Amino acid sequence: MGSSATLEMVVPSAAKLSHLQMLEAESIHIFREVASEFQKPVMLYSIGKDSSVMLRLAQKAFFPGPIPFPLLHVDTGYKFNEMITFRDEQAASLGLDLRVWRNEQALADGANPVRLGTQRCCGLLKTTALLDGLRAHGFDAAFGGARRDEEKSRAKERIFSFRDRAGQWDPKNQRPEVWNHYNGRISPGESIRVFPLSNWTELDIWHYILLEEIPIVPLYFAKERRMIVRADSLIPVEQTFVHGLPGEEQWVRSRLRSLGCSPCTGAIRSDADTIPKIIAELVSFRSSERANRVIDHDQDGSMEIKKREGYF
Amino acid sequence: MTTTGGMLDSEQSEFAIEEFLALEQTKDLLRFSTAGSVDDGKSTLIGRLLYDSRNVYEDQVRAVTGTRVGQKHGVIDFAQLTDGLRAEREQGITIDVAYRYFSTQRRKFIIADTPGHEQYTRNMATGASTADLAIILIDARKGILTQSRRHAYIASLLGIRHLVAAVNKMDLVEFSEEVYRSIEGELEELVASFGRAKLVTIPVSALDGDNVVEASERMPWYTGPTLLEHLEAVPVWKEEASQALRLPVQRVIRPDQNYRGFAGQIAAGTVRKGDVVAVLPSGQSSRIASITTFHGDLDEASAPLSIAVTLEDELDISRGDVLVDATRLPQQSSSLEASLVWFDGDRLETHKPYLLKHGAQTVSARVSRVLHRTNIQTVTAEAVSSLAMNDIGVVQVELIRPIFFDAYEENRASGSFILIDPVTNATVAAGMIRGGLQAAGSGDVARQKAGVIFAEDDSMAAAVESILLAEGWPVVTTCVQDEQLLRALLSLRVAVIVRATGGDGLNLNGLNVLHVSDFVGQDGAVEDGDAAAAVVDALRNWSGVAGQKGDGR
Ligand SMILES: Nc1nc2c(ncn2[C@@H]2O[C@H](COP(=O)(O)OP(=O)(O)O)[C@@H](O)[C@H]2O)c(=O)[nH]1
Ligand SMILES: [Mg+2]
Repeated sequence: MGSSATLEMVVPSAAKLSHLQMLEAESIHIFREVASEFQKPVMLYSIGKDSSVMLRLAQKAFFPGPIPFPLLHVDTGYKFNEMITFRDEQAASLGLDLRVWRNEQALADGANPVRLGTQRCCGLLKTTALLDGLRAHGFDAAFGGARRDEEKSRAKERIFSFRDRAGQWDPKNQRPEVWNHYNGRISPGESIRVFPLSNWTELDIWHYILLEEIPIVPLYFAKERRMIVRADSLIPVEQTFVHGLPGEEQWVRSRLRSLGCSPCTGAIRSDADTIPKIIAELVSFRSSERANRVIDHDQDGSMEIKKREGYF
Repeated sequence: MTTTGGMLDSEQSEFAIEEFLALEQTKDLLRFSTAGSVDDGKSTLIGRLLYDSRNVYEDQVRAVTGTRVGQKHGVIDFAQLTDGLRAEREQGITIDVAYRYFSTQRRKFIIADTPGHEQYTRNMATGASTADLAIILIDARKGILTQSRRHAYIASLLGIRHLVAAVNKMDLVEFSEEVYRSIEGELEELVASFGRAKLVTIPVSALDGDNVVEASERMPWYTGPTLLEHLEAVPVWKEEASQALRLPVQRVIRPDQNYRGFAGQIAAGTVRKGDVVAVLPSGQSSRIASITTFHGDLDEASAPLSIAVTLEDELDISRGDVLVDATRLPQQSSSLEASLVWFDGDRLETHKPYLLKHGAQTVSARVSRVLHRTNIQTVTAEAVSSLAMNDIGVVQVELIRPIFFDAYEENRASGSFILIDPVTNATVAAGMIRGGLQAAGSGDVARQKAGVIFAEDDSMAAAVESILLAEGWPVVTTCVQDEQLLRALLSLRVAVIVRATGGDGLNLNGLNVLHVSDFVGQDGAVEDGDAAAAVVDALRNWSGVAGQKGDGR
């Protein structure tokens, strides 16, 4: 028995688990806890690589049963066409209960990042749409694919992140989280965001996608794409309101490191057209992935401001 | 992180990446927490660890280079690499647990960076609850402060087996061996007084990087490992896999009539196809028919994997039940003695209803008595009637119905719980079970485990029985050799004496079975009394009775 054994005695190397097995076990436990304790959970599905991993983990958690909750995609209207196609294919082939929510009013009023600036545009099309979507369906728990290694303010995020009636996050008033005992109790109108990938790193995500052969949006793989080339940035040409200056539009062998809205997501020059090549690029690049998103650079600490307002 | 160096041309990259990924797959995971008083250099140390092991992305470095007022342009502020939230950047202090990730050639690390000042004891406990190792920072100029004592105590209380004391700012004491040795000696005594944790002390300068990743040339008298070398070498010791099976059922998976799986994360032990498991609280038992995963069935699975199992028999099982090793049952009680770390702004109220969440079940509970509070400055017990935020104490908890558990000291997963205020829904405390409490007179019964003893000889049977009764075991003597009956009796945790040579034709696999005949005549002529005592010893040892350990006050 363990308690009186010395350290040297008990080294069951056969029982040693890899870090990915540990992470997977933790995530599956989280999915099962939430599905069992909440009335109406939902998985926020953003179509990106983290969502793809979340989806696989959810499948595993309830196998051989179906995923016992719907998926919600908050569509800003400016997602890449390839993302929407991929989303619909996944939903059909896996038999997912997929719901889509858009801020139709703001879109009808012509909201776009060029006219409003990225902060206001994100506020309307992402944050407001998300909160409205959750409220309209009455979801009380929402899984999100955020990882703590993405950005400094996320390093302190709990796995169960409590949101008040307005959907807002108070960094000073979070529930202590000890061992794996999660407190999911809420009052009517309150909700919880749940981050099953909290402890995964970007490299873990890619490695898991490789090992598990998880399908991802082709935008992650390098090919010749039409880009506006401006200083160090590559801006994909997809929306009609995004124009380059003469000579700025070029065919560039490139790919996306993270998927967002086409006007606000920068691409990178790359030859990585396989997952091992993407991983090789990742370990040699040494630049964190969100750096390519226009939104986080607007203002130091901008992600934290968005989170307080309700964005993930 | 392992770097494959520079940009790779594509031919080479395919080759190098395969090696890299093969290495990635062999890495295990070490979780550690860090604690230290404000300004001891915790953030600087972590920043240095990340930077020197090349885990900081370049744009993050750019964002924190020379941004602090009065700082030389271009000098990296290591502390700012890790200090996240605006509130704390404004106050210049760390106010909440922050998680950091890095890896080396050998393993992956998760750091729980826990703030050190007094009102945030709860964060330290939070970070320590999942850690395999704790780093305690000490400012070499100040030596061991009451805060360091508290950090070491909390780490020990939360069951961390590996402690590292990083004696920081050695550059400010002229790298003096004398200063270091005196701190080292004092620490060793302190940690030994708390229990079983293993201590390693390392002199460092977080600011300059001495002995963090690279060995220091300025402290030739120190020949031990650098901090990172030690973190890489410490055994990630998963005793859980070799313990008795504990599988709390989180959820029943029933997609159709043909499949009924019990899903959960294995809290301790190993489950194998064909194993007999007992289901608690019903006490029924069955065999594992299959271990289901997305990638096909497994023959066995160990803690802490998340799996689903099916059983050979149709038993009524729901969320909150526990599947356990039928021969090594957990304790059962509706009255617990537990250590509590109180988190909430509202004080503990005895007799107020709280919810106790343990495994996959939530039970209504009251704290009937505060036995003592630990003064975390002096680490001594004080008599109090309540606990306030950041207090640590020992209490008696009464539950509305019994739960099954192990002592925290033996099993973190099945020995821990949280208390929730049912009105505010706040998590008010973390609890570590020390043991079950029984009505007076049967104190040890809760710790007894079961076994079957075959005794052909009447006088031997009587001798064994009298020893067991004298030790306070519940004993049943029978002549009936029936498998179902024996299993049922064992699930009640009694010692069963069967007056027969027996066992033939019975399937008692997995049970603790002893034959008195095996003990008689051992080592030549042995007295009946000695043989009987040997039988009881074997019964006790085999079943892993916790004995008197871990329950002393
Ligand atoms: N001279 C010296 N200063 C240090 C060392 N480590 C940290 N410091 C300084 O001590 C101060 C507090 O460090 P910080 O990492 O913020 O401490 P924390 O409050 O424990 O996170 C900062 O000014 C650091 O530059 C060290 O090894 N040597
Ligand atoms: Mg700090």
